[in-house]
Amino acid sequence: MIPTLVGVAIITFVVMRLVPGDIVALRYAGANVSQDIIDKERAILGLDKPMWAQFGDWMNQLAHFDFGQSLWTGHAVIDEVWTRLPLSLELAVIATAFAVSFAMPLGVIAAVKQDSWVDYGIRVFSVGGLAMPSFWIGIMLVLGTITFFGWAPPLVFTPFTEDPVANLSQMILPAVSVGYRYSAVSMRMTRSSVLEVLREDYVRTARAKGLRESLVVMRHALRNALLPVITVVSLEFAFLIGGLVVTEQVFNLNGIGKLLVDAVAHRDYPLIQALVLLLSAVFVLVNFAVDMIYMVLDPRIRYS
Amino acid sequence: MTTTERGALIDHDAETLARERYFQSTPRRRFVRFWADFIRRRPLGAFGLLLVLIMITAAFLADRIAPYDPTALSFKDLLQAPSSAHLFGTDNFGRDVFSRVLYGARTALLVGFSASVVGCTLGLVLGIVGAYVGGKVDQLIQRLMDVLLSFPLIVIAIAVVAALGTGEDKLGNVIAAITVPIIPRVARVVRSSALSVVQMPYIEATRAVGSGAVRIMFRHVAPNVFAPYLIMMTAFLGQAILLEASLSFLGLGVFEPTPSWGLMLRGAGMQFLERAPWLAIAPGIAISLAVFGFNLFGDSLRDALDPRLRTA
Repeated sequence: MIPTLVGVAIITFVVMRLVPGDIVALRYAGANVSQDIIDKERAILGLDKPMWAQFGDWMNQLAHFDFGQSLWTGHAVIDEVWTRLPLSLELAVIATAFAVSFAMPLGVIAAVKQDSWVDYGIRVFSVGGLAMPSFWIGIMLVLGTITFFGWAPPLVFTPFTEDPVANLSQMILPAVSVGYRYSAVSMRMTRSSVLEVLREDYVRTARAKGLRESLVVMRHALRNALLPVITVVSLEFAFLIGGLVVTEQVFNLNGIGKLLVDAVAHRDYPLIQALVLLLSAVFVLVNFAVDMIYMVLDPRIRYS
Repeated sequence: MTTTERGALIDHDAETLARERYFQSTPRRRFVRFWADFIRRRPLGAFGLLLVLIMITAAFLADRIAPYDPTALSFKDLLQAPSSAHLFGTDNFGRDVFSRVLYGARTALLVGFSASVVGCTLGLVLGIVGAYVGGKVDQLIQRLMDVLLSFPLIVIAIAVVAALGTGEDKLGNVIAAITVPIIPRVARVVRSSALSVVQMPYIEATRAVGSGAVRIMFRHVAPNVFAPYLIMMTAFLGQAILLEASLSFLGLGVFEPTPSWGLMLRGAGMQFLERAPWLAIAPGIAISLAVFGFNLFGDSLRDALDPRLRTA
């Protein structure tokens, strides 16, 4: 995990240096700025040093959780991120909860009723989730609530601590639009994984013992089918992050994703660099956590 | 004659028949036969193929089919509802939405196809080189791919776009941004397929007659991992179209006045949602159907060409 994180940092560093010229030149491109100011700006950002020294500085800062300063707002990057983190985190948690609570039961039902119209309905629903972009689902949900309920999502964000009901009613649409794809993928995986397990000998044994079908499915099939589902849930976490980036834009939520897009629009390279690193690090950490969960769920798995 | 013997005989006959038929067939006949089988046995895949063909037709014939110039402004036709004159209505500049959706197929396909072909080909090369050369080179490629895989798809695309810059004439940068996340995903699958190919006796035989490494890799290994390559190219075309739409929606992809589905949803689609919902509905359906088509087609192609292969 640590080597991967270092690798992620290196790639981020390299990608950000792909900028034609450098970030100072790019920022002042077209503007009539004297070379003095440009040089001074470069010195402040440490861009006058050789590449390896820049990388060393950056790694040193990272070790102290110092992500530098935003060129756009002038505040420390960590503060900018910190104020927006709760919103994105809440959205991610609600979306995941929504996705899993839909995917598991529907996936199991589709598997148990294989090739019936229920199964087809659920499968069409999940295939749709893979094709429709989350931001479009968001737009359509807003359109739907405007048309049928005359209700548009408020423009101002209410924190959970102030008014939980208003906050949740505001978060539910973005969470659904992010969570749809998430649930579609986990639903497909749950279905195929349960189908596979239902053909196992021990399921036949359980049925032969005279157990109720619900008990056979829930206790014997689903529990053994969970592992691949969890793999997919963790892999899809990357898409959840991507979904956050675009959906926050639709609902005008001031979270991490919107910050990233704004940072790109303002050519705020220290901020972009920090956010790319942060989002990828979260993804790596989630995958690591899932690997650990495997060991708990399946005692046969051991990592050396 | 026992039942098993008879069964064996029938199997044997069937095999002989199939073999004879194969030797008599020409590549063209095999091609026709494959697709006839594909359409008959995989109706969903055929439906996906149909959607894909419709999209390709729309893209190629956009200038013939489109009733209006997609960039022509007409201030007397602002935000017109769908009618016989404007099938999908008009936008806030009076541009015909139907024509813009047709031309949008061109942009989506151009970006999607370029990114997918370049990404899959680079992935193919890295995968084959890793599998064939092995050792430290393989290790290095593997580690690099692992790290690239740690970036969420859209995050690395945004990073690349941010670094290379965006603008009206920077379509190449958008394509590059979508290519980067495709490479490691393809390289990994190709490598695992190529690993079993490089151990085949015919590879050793080729080496024994003195072929060079490059020749072996690209004349002998590459054709044998062509199935996963083709399958992933189809699958990633859908992904690339989705990614282009997302980037354009965020304002980091294609720029006005180029018609792009994602871009159409960005400005007017959101702003006039209540007054002119068709602005948001038409391009969204176009994106969904295109991605849906490529996904269905890709899935069925995978089942038809290589049933063992499972890509995430």
